[in-house]
Order: sequence, then structure tokens, then C-alpha cells
Amino acid sequence: MSAPSRSQVLSLYKQIIKNANGFNNYNFRNYFLRKAKTSFRNASDLKDPVAIEEAWNTAKQELGVLKRQSVISQMYTFDKQVVEPLEQKHHIRS
Amino acid sequence: MLRSFTRSVLSKHRYSEVLAVRRYATAKVALDVPLETHTDLQKAHQDLADARANSSEAVETGTTALKHAYQENTGFGTRPIYLDMQATTPTDPRVLDTMLKFYTGLYGNPHSNTHSYGWETNKEVETARQHIANLINADVKEIIFTSGATESNNAALKGVARFYKKTKNHIITTRTEHKCVLEAARAMKNEGFDVTFLNVNEQGLVDLKELEATIRPETCIVSIMAVNNEIGVMQPMKEIGAICKKKKVFFHTDGAQAYGKIPIDVNEMNIDLMSISSHKIYGPKGMGALYIRRRPRVRLEPIISGGGQERGLRSGTLAPSLVAGFGEAAKLMKQEFDADSAHIKRLSEKLTNGLLAIEHTSLNGSPDHRYPGCVNISFAYVEGESLLMALRDIALSSGSACTSASLEPSYVLHALGKDDALAHSSIRFGVGRFTTEEEIDYVIKAITERVEFLRELSPLWEMVKEGIDLNSIEWSGH
Repeated sequence: MSAPSRSQVLSLYKQIIKNANGFNNYNFRNYFLRKAKTSFRNASDLKDPVAIEEAWNTAKQELGVLKRQSVISQMYTFDKQVVEPLEQKHHIRS
Repeated sequence: MLRSFTRSVLSKHRYSEVLAVRRYATAKVALDVPLETHTDLQKAHQDLADARANSSEAVETGTTALKHAYQENTGFGTRPIYLDMQATTPTDPRVLDTMLKFYTGLYGNPHSNTHSYGWETNKEVETARQHIANLINADVKEIIFTSGATESNNAALKGVARFYKKTKNHIITTRTEHKCVLEAARAMKNEGFDVTFLNVNEQGLVDLKELEATIRPETCIVSIMAVNNEIGVMQPMKEIGAICKKKKVFFHTDGAQAYGKIPIDVNEMNIDLMSISSHKIYGPKGMGALYIRRRPRVRLEPIISGGGQERGLRSGTLAPSLVAGFGEAAKLMKQEFDADSAHIKRLSEKLTNGLLAIEHTSLNGSPDHRYPGCVNISFAYVEGESLLMALRDIALSSGSACTSASLEPSYVLHALGKDDALAHSSIRFGVGRFTTEEEIDYVIKAITERVEFLRELSPLWEMVKEGIDLNSIEWSGH
């Protein structure tokens, strides 16, 4: 595969953010949002095509994990955390 | 209508394979049937009320004090902030993702080598073993799976001691070890072994000269933990390893709190045996491993007899789901090492500085040789357990989970030379991968407020404020 285009990367990033936001668990949601931000920022400096493709594939695999796990997180829910405002609406995938 | 119908049927047939790969089965799960689990905020309160009802003294003010101290934050959730990472860590969703397939389809026995069900799980088990070995620069054959660090510690201490009992009868360990090492060593006393419990200095570190002097010709094993579970102190592994190598005794380390969190290289540090736990690295509970050096070979007598799995050292069918989850957790610890370390260090510094800003507080254990994710702080003139009762919105512990049922002060802090009062007033904070900055801010604020509140109630604190030296008071009834 040739290097992913800018729009492809942005779209993947958006999807990862969307799915990370889907976590019902406060800690997991924040962790994956933080991780997505740092790993995409780090990957933006990559020049080597092999490294780019590796980062691209890892991110795609991670998106799969996030899609599955965020749904599971919504199926088995717990009360909100003490630092979490109650009215905040969390994105639920339709 | 008809056309679209046939088309959809056709396309379903034709592209089912492609779709199966691209589409996630989760896309259509019923999200209207979630299983909700509510936080139990009443348990401790009820226990306390029961205890009060049974005791003759009615402590009316205590109850109101608790009510006051327990912050009712309307508009926010009720689930406590988890800051007890030394007891256990939350299972990483990526670990769960790896484990789920073993509960849905990959159910083969990894030791069955006559069919593909066995082969596929065996392959996954070996991949996991590789990930676990990689993290400490070990060979894949040197990892033995056990049910947890307690079993690993027992297998190592008892196994090595029993194997070499004809020629050697001396075991060395320290006073700050985890209960399972201390108890295993004590059990070996009944089998005729001589056990030396090394003292530690006020920083929690072992004196290397004393260690060297204690090793005798009949010493078979030295067991010293890498990172302490209560105070987070890191022992000088490399130096201890070098001494053990020089004196030709086996070096076992309890690495439950250290594995994956601090850099460990078993070859560089001359570690012969190392106990590892899965649930301290965001893996599943009920899983652990024991690293056993092959060159030069460490021999041990298995404590479990059976079908000879795991090179005969630990019989019993492996749980491939747990093994794979453990492997994934180890892989993630390696992959995320830099990011996690930086995150934990940053939050831990913030927490430590924030809490030490309260007057009459002190950090337990060495400030330099420590794993930043474990912060143990003493709040003088506040009773630790009562502070914990007042902190129902933060999940904390005053020490190891194994001993939290008893109200005895921590033996680890005693070994550091802390007095009863200070040992009673200490609390352990565990920062991990999933802790957020927001949580740390909340914790600092909550602790500051409630320590102040509890001190206001305390007659001791009044005396301290008045400048009376508490040690000069002669208490009656003692």
C-alpha cells in the first residue's frame, strides 16, 4: 500500500476519537483520547515510508479494538466517576 | 422493491466474505439492554453502624463527622477515583479484546497436540510467553506460568530450598517483603531451614554490606523484592545480583510491582528467579509467571505434581485466555513504557508535592530510589483508617490489600523504624496508566480539606497547635 493521504489519516483520526469517546468508563475514555492525540502527533513527523505504513496499520488495528471495546463498555455500565459531571452526554453509536 | 430485494440477497451472498472482514459484528448490538452495576457506597457505612451498635460507647459525633467529611458533590457521579494501583490495576480494554476470543471460540486445551483446537491455543500461549520474556530480556523457555505472584514466590523459595536441602539450609530475605515471601520463608523454617530476615534502613533500602556478610557457604537463596508494594522503594537490583553471583547463591526477586514498570534486565542484574504478576500490569487476575534462569541452570522441586506441563515445574492445564491476556498486557507495557512512565511520573510528582504541602506530612521510603507510581504518605495526628472512611470518594488503602482487613499498623513501615502512630496514619496512593490529571487535582483538594477537618476534631492536634510536645505527655492507662 502506498502512503495514506492526508484526508485518509484525518478520517482515521476522527474515527478513533469518535470511538474512544464511546467508552462509558471515564478512565478508559480519557486514556484512549490522550493516546490518540499523542500517537498521531508523533506519527506526523514520520518520513520513512515503512514506518508510516506500520503506524497506519497499527492505528487501523487499534480502531478495531476501540470499536469493539467501546460497545462492550456501553453494554456493561457502572455509575459515573466522582469527577465526571452527570449531565455530560456521551456519544453513543447508533 | 423486488429489484432491491434480490440485489440485497445477492450482494449478501456474493460479498459476505468481504463484509465479514470489513464490517464489525458489533455494529448492530442491542445497546438498549445494558447491564448496569451500581457503586456500593453503603457497605463501609453499614459495617461501621453495625460495629457502633454492638459497642457500648455511642460515638455520636463520629457519625456526623463522617457525614460532613464525605463530600456530597451533586451533579457528579458516585464512583470513587481508583488510586490503589498496587493492589490491582484495571484490565486494559486491549487486553480484554485479546481474551474474549478464548471464551467464544478458541477453547482448545493448549496441551492437546493431536488437533487444531490445541494447536491454535498453544500458538497463542507461546506468543504470549514470548511477549512476557521480551520485557525482561529473558529467553522464552525461561518463563513458567503460574496462578500469580504468590504461587511464583512459593514455588521459587520452597522449590529451590527443597531441591538443594542436602547441602544447603539457609535462606535470606528482608523484613519488608510481601507477606507471601515472609510466610513461605517461615514455612521453610519448619522444614529445618535457617532464615535470616535482613533489616532495612529508614529509607527502606537493604544494606549491601550486611547482605554480603550474611551470606554463608550453606546459603541457597536470597530473596529481595524489586519494588516494595507499600512504599514503592526500589532495591539496588544490579548490586544485589552482583553480590549473589560472586557468592554463588541464587537470587530470587519478587517483581510483582516492578515488572514492566521499571526497566529490568535479568541478565544484566543477574536475577536467577523472578516472580511476575499479571494483574499489576493491567492484565487479568489469577495469572502470573515465574522466570527461572536456564544458564546456569536453576533447579527446583515443583510444589505441584501432575501431568508435567510447563517443563514439569508447574503441572495443570494452562488457561489460554489468561495467558494471552497476560501476554498482551506485557506487550502493551513494553510498547507504552515511555508514555506511561512519563505520565505516571508527572502525575505522581504533582500528587506528592500537593500532599506534602499540607503541614506535618511526610513521604515514607527513599525519595530517590522509588517507583513513582507508588506514593506512601504519613499524615501526622490523623488516624489513617478514619481518613480512609472519610474518603469514600477515593479508593485508597493504608497498606497492602492482604493486611487491610486487620487494623494492625503496617509491618513494612515498622521495619523502616516508624512508630505506631505514624504507621497508623499513613496512606498509599497508586498512580497508573489510566489515572488522569483531573483526578489527581480532586484528590489533592479532597485530602487537604479532610485532613484539616479531622485534625480540627483531634485533641492531639490542639495540643500540637499549642506547642505541647506530645512525647512529653504521660498517658494514663498504659
